Amino acid sequence: MILRSVVALAMALAVTLPAHSKTRIEKVVSPKGIEAWLVSDNTLPLISIEFAFRGGAAQDPEGKAGVANLASGLLDEGAGDLDARAFQARLEDKAVELSFDGDRDAFFGSFRTLAENKQDALDLLKLAVTKPRFAPDAIERIRAQILASIRQDSTDADTVARDAFAAAAFPGHPYGLPADGTEDSVARITRDDLTAFQRKTFARDNLVIVAVGAIDAETLGHDLDHAFGDLPEKSELKPVADTKPAEVGSLRLVDLDTPQTSIVFGRAGPLRAHEDFIAITVLNHIIGGGTFTSRLFEEVREKRGLSYGVYTGLLPMEHAGLFIGQVATRNDRAREALDVIKAEIAKIAKEPPSEDELAKAKKYLTGSYALRFDSSAKIANNLLVIQMNRLGIDYVDQRNAMVEAVTREDLRRAARVLLEDGALLVVAAGKPQGITGTPAPGAGETKPTRQPTPQPADAGRAVTR
Amino acid sequence: MFSIVRLMAPTLIAATLSFGPAASAQQAQSAQPKVDTFTLDNGLQVVVIPDHRAPVVTHMVWYKAGAADEPEGASGVAHFLEHLMFKGTEKHPIGQFSAVVAELGGQENAFTSQDYTAYFQRVAKENLPVVMEFEADRMTGLILTDEVIIPERDVVLEERRTRTDGDPGARLGEALSAALFLNHPYRQPIIGWNHEIEQLDRTAALDFYKRFYTPNNAILIVAGDVETAEIKALAEKIYGPVQRRAEVKDRVRPQEPDPIAARRVTLEDARARQPSLSRVYLAPSYKRSEGRTAYALDLLSNILGGGATSRLHRSLVVDQGVASSAGSYYQGDALDLARFSVYALPRPGVGFDTLEKALDAELAKIVSEGVTPEELERSKTRLVADTIYARDSQTALARSYGVALTTGGSVDDVRDWPTILRQVTAEEVKAAAAQVLDIRRSVTGLLLTKEEDPT
Repeated sequence: MILRSVVALAMALAVTLPAHSKTRIEKVVSPKGIEAWLVSDNTLPLISIEFAFRGGAAQDPEGKAGVANLASGLLDEGAGDLDARAFQARLEDKAVELSFDGDRDAFFGSFRTLAENKQDALDLLKLAVTKPRFAPDAIERIRAQILASIRQDSTDADTVARDAFAAAAFPGHPYGLPADGTEDSVARITRDDLTAFQRKTFARDNLVIVAVGAIDAETLGHDLDHAFGDLPEKSELKPVADTKPAEVGSLRLVDLDTPQTSIVFGRAGPLRAHEDFIAITVLNHIIGGGTFTSRLFEEVREKRGLSYGVYTGLLPMEHAGLFIGQVATRNDRAREALDVIKAEIAKIAKEPPSEDELAKAKKYLTGSYALRFDSSAKIANNLLVIQMNRLGIDYVDQRNAMVEAVTREDLRRAARVLLEDGALLVVAAGKPQGITGTPAPGAGETKPTRQPTPQPADAGRAVTR
Repeated sequence: MFSIVRLMAPTLIAATLSFGPAASAQQAQSAQPKVDTFTLDNGLQVVVIPDHRAPVVTHMVWYKAGAADEPEGASGVAHFLEHLMFKGTEKHPIGQFSAVVAELGGQENAFTSQDYTAYFQRVAKENLPVVMEFEADRMTGLILTDEVIIPERDVVLEERRTRTDGDPGARLGEALSAALFLNHPYRQPIIGWNHEIEQLDRTAALDFYKRFYTPNNAILIVAGDVETAEIKALAEKIYGPVQRRAEVKDRVRPQEPDPIAARRVTLEDARARQPSLSRVYLAPSYKRSEGRTAYALDLLSNILGGGATSRLHRSLVVDQGVASSAGSYYQGDALDLARFSVYALPRPGVGFDTLEKALDAELAKIVSEGVTPEELERSKTRLVADTIYARDSQTALARSYGVALTTGGSVDDVRDWPTILRQVTAEEVKAAAAQVLDIRRSVTGLLLTKEEDPT
């Protein structure tokens, strides 16, 4: 290992954040060669470190979906010479926030500390990623929590529809399984599965890091070596096959006794490296992106009152891309909602959006970019995603120009690439009237992926528009 | 993210920071934003929260009117009106506001609670005057026609199905609230009862609007890359001309009698596959309490059920293994009475009676023995640190001021919260526990799966 000058490299690769005149992103390389992006900002006495190990739930062994997720619940349940109680007491005493998330393609870690407690906090982070205990009683405890969560979500129409969609789209592929696992698969996971996952996944060659807050480049370099320097140099990830969604053009039903039908629809979408990714992003924004002005919002909600929410999005994963959308509507109007959505997608597949729509979409997408960088937590998360997508440190500087450059001709091509004839894989969960289709594959065993526990409207909290 | 909160019983909801954004007495000086407030001639209160880290602003208007201010039989009208506020004015026809916000690359939304309704936009700082102009315009200029009202009412009914009717935990939550409050309108769901939403019309919405939407019943909050002087000038120019159109009356709602009877509600739901036990106690709020009682209840809740080091987690989940998760919440930010909640999800094979006995034993213990100095210190550290973490989010910060100011608090209350919290003694926590954790003040809710036996 060649020792490199942290400071020299940091200076060479600094980029400013969008619309921030002063805030810069630096690339830091630690004495041991661990890389991170840093936004140094002393306004608040806080330090956030967001990191990820490539290789998440897609690495779960055959028949044991949920290993990465179970591991994510166990890293603060005792590590090194600290048992669960002692470890958690130290976290609390120093008000350290430490959490993990086993996603499909990566295992994410999120760490936040007050600057004054940094050293103790880093010691805990280091223990969690290098010496988790995976104690048998903790495994059973967290397993029970996950099973409760899976049971709780198992009759939630949105979750059921999403999982049935994944199962239909990616049969026999890890992407077809919920990252949380199923009741059966979670029950089968052993301690050996967890330690094997840790050994193979927590390494330095697949580690991606962003730090934001009250810390400078040189200090961060040393801190990175302290926290992550003891990890093995190389991960041992198994190859995951590239794939495309199957069954596009078919309609699957999951019978569920709910007052609404949840409909998930989609087809293949671009990988992040696709040359038309930005144009396709603009197109998606116009179809069903997250504002109150998309075509689907207008047609489904504003004009017809069919649903509280309707959206579409691009989901570029490591080995497959999806264009995916969701709507929930009363059972007796499910047919109407689906017809409206299909018609809008067919329409945009044939005729690209107008110059006016394109101009408005560009204004939103460029204007709102700065809002993704207005807190340390958001800066850290967004920069981590940019790194995970293998985009350069200068992406944040170039991104708006790339959006500006999209033409109507690009949208025409994007529509051809994304939508072709407009055919969709549709999964409807509920008791929809007027919709016929085949039962979803394995719907009976399908278990939900992660989603936050829904908040009831009546418990004193806000109901949003 | 994997966390306890994700796994909590869905009949309860996460406690947000009740009054929030400063730091410990020492840290407060350095870590605290300099918040200014002033009032315009028309009665509009303005709060400015500078945050110069990014050239972005969060612009919010809060009305001191929520679901608990609705007339009898018109549950849901506060929230329905919130939806209708996006339907245009004489000056700006339907859709224009949202279109402009989108073109500016802004974000917008609105939310309704029992005690307040609020609207917000987040935009680049140079666009602040534009959204201020739209928001000031719709404060009194809303125009409603049946053509827009009827589809929007369908949207709200779908929203209710999504949030509540399709979720067994949320359905039980409604039953719990309805049983907890015997007389106070907090017993009704914010979104409204289905049969009453169906009857809401233009008149109901406009009556509520004209009574409560007036500058002297509103608070303007601007957080972000701004200074007080420039906001003062902008607010006077843009909001200043909005005329008062109603006098603000004291917010007097029917109050609760002293509770004398413990209540139980059970919901057997074919869709429920994970049973849950929750209990809600009627508790004093920050507004309706003496001394430091509400602060003590925030500490009590944290010590009892605020995470992996809490008593309920250690006892029920770790040591006894009767629950897969357990915790507690205190929602002290209410204009009238608040709720203190505890919950536990039974591990498979554990009956409700075993679970409830274990829960009751922990509650009895904290009432009779109080909390240890170590627990109190750890909990204070945690809650004060949370207020520092909360400062990272401009929107969360603005929201904590909005909630305080619409539930009877002041800017000073928010600023002093960590300092006062630090002063709470173990005796005060014990006394608060004894006052609130009285079974007669509570409703216990059981969510049963179809095969489950309640005993």
